[in-house]
Amino acid sequence: MSAVNHSPSADAILACEGLSKHFGGIRAFTDVAFQARRGEVTAVIGDNGAGKSTLIRCLVGVHVPDAGDIFFDGRLHPFANPDEARKAGIETVHQNLALIDELTVAQNLFLNREIVRRIGPLALLDRKAMKQQARAMLSRLSINMPSVSQRVRRLSGGQRQAISICRAAGSGAKLVVMDEPTAALGVQETANVEALIRRLREQAVSVILVSHNFDQVRRLSDQIWVMRAGRMVATVRSSETTGNELVALVTGAA
Amino acid sequence: MTIPEQNAPVHTAGAAEESRPSLSALLLDPSFWADWASVVGLVGLVIVFGISQPVFLSIANLQALLLAAAILVVLSIGQTFVVATAGIDLSLAAAVMLGAIILGLVDAAGYGIFLACVLAVAATSAVGFLNGALITAGRIPDFVVTLGTLSGVTGLGLILSGGEPIMVGSTFLLRLASGSFGPFGYPVWVAISAVLVAHIALYHTRFGVHLLATGGQVESASALGIRTNRVKIAAYTISGFCAGIAALLLVARIGSAEPQINTSLLLNSVAAVVLGGVSLFGGRASILGPAIGALMLTALVNGLTLLSVSAFYQPLAVGAIVVLAALIMRYQK
Ligand SMILES: Nc1ncnc2c1ncn2[C@@H]1O[C@H](COP(=O)(O)OP(=O)(O)O)[C@@H](O)[C@H]1O
Ligand SMILES: [Mg+2]
Repeated sequence: MSAVNHSPSADAILACEGLSKHFGGIRAFTDVAFQARRGEVTAVIGDNGAGKSTLIRCLVGVHVPDAGDIFFDGRLHPFANPDEARKAGIETVHQNLALIDELTVAQNLFLNREIVRRIGPLALLDRKAMKQQARAMLSRLSINMPSVSQRVRRLSGGQRQAISICRAAGSGAKLVVMDEPTAALGVQETANVEALIRRLREQAVSVILVSHNFDQVRRLSDQIWVMRAGRMVATVRSSETTGNELVALVTGAA
Repeated sequence: MTIPEQNAPVHTAGAAEESRPSLSALLLDPSFWADWASVVGLVGLVIVFGISQPVFLSIANLQALLLAAAILVVLSIGQTFVVATAGIDLSLAAAVMLGAIILGLVDAAGYGIFLACVLAVAATSAVGFLNGALITAGRIPDFVVTLGTLSGVTGLGLILSGGEPIMVGSTFLLRLASGSFGPFGYPVWVAISAVLVAHIALYHTRFGVHLLATGGQVESASALGIRTNRVKIAAYTISGFCAGIAALLLVARIGSAEPQINTSLLLNSVAAVVLGGVSLFGGRASILGPAIGALMLTALVNGLTLLSVSAFYQPLAVGAIVVLAALIMRYQK
């Protein structure tokens, strides 16, 4: 186990220093330093309520942190909002903010990325192209979806998760952030998501993976960061740690 | 990833949607009736009134009906954009009154009818923009804000007009009100154009998708980078703009700008939206539905009048139909 590193190195794609966020009186996390290396799978683990999701949301522009610095590709304070983060090449699978129930599968896959046709001054949606590409995106990840024109409200938890992962992974992002992507999934679906994460890594896409499945994290990640009660308490190389050590770090029993 | 076997029911539901469901299955499905409430209601009314009072179906009466419906159609479209964001615009009828007063004052001051119309629409659009800005930047609930502007705008209209109606004797407005092209009067064409433009905006532009996403799940939409506050402000501004167009049609129709709020216009605009199958919880909307809902409400009043039912019963009938429609909506999928 090495000490928490306090300066973002050149090989960090996304990093933060001294980051804090609270909601009214509730402290989500304090003075967090973190970095994800380019081309690696970086895991963040911790108990429920440790502050993982809030950290992720601050990093990708959903929340504005109270204090601290964020660096993306070496750039300080890179995004004012999620739109800028997406435009810069970060796609996120949020834990609870995934899909719009009343929109169709294709509309969700292309939300805020719609394909338009220009007719004079008008920019009209090219629905046919979006449906076609949606089918292609889903089949590339072997996601079986009866129709891309159906509303996502009717889909199962696994299918919904698959769509939001597909949206994040299928758009050529530099960095894909996944907040507990397999929490709602069955065994086979989980295996598929893990295979997908490996494939992203092979394609040199950087991945941040939030999980509290220690085995999964050790199988998939290069570096593991541990949060406990709103603090970043440790970081270890996955190859140099054991399940027991991770349990001890997460619970604070070490 | 492959969807495992336990999801089989979802498969069949989806497959049924792509292949056409049979007619009988469609008729037994309550959500079909919910989605098409306004059409079913309109057809029902046309049949009932057509049998009990054949003059209802005369060309002249149908033309008068469409003419009378034009204002409500335009307002319902504005209300639809707001309701699609899970909001409500209670200031709509007050904005119509303000627009009418400004039109009357500017025209009376001799600045010409065109400038009068432009300023009227600009003023009502500004009211809508103010609603949106207060709701988003001020983080105040929509019905509180629009209730506030309802009162404020009413007061402004009274102050500006001194409480007196303003005669508007413009030949342009006279021609707008009484002229026709093909089978329909100009106001009907205005309403048809509004329906077309709004339909394209809702279904064929990025703005439309973002509007529905904002109304559906505002936090998810914003996490995906949609500027949800801007979308909401745009929706209220559109609503205000529609109130301005309605104000032009209203002044053209009655020949003067009245410092009075027609509250039934507001209630009926919400009623038409509900009848049109638009979810009051946001995220689901159509333009044709509310337009037909507005037509249906106008047909109801028209038919009852032809049947010599006292005007006192009309609000009662509208209320009953709206509550009934809301009950049916519960079956909407
Ligand atoms: N939007 C919010 N408003 C208020 N409190 C929040 C909000 N989001 C998270 N929190 C609080 O911040 C803490 C950390 O939550 P979270 O980041 O979701 O933890 P984790 O993802 O590690 O389970 C919790 O105490 C949670 O209740
Ligand atoms: Mg979480």
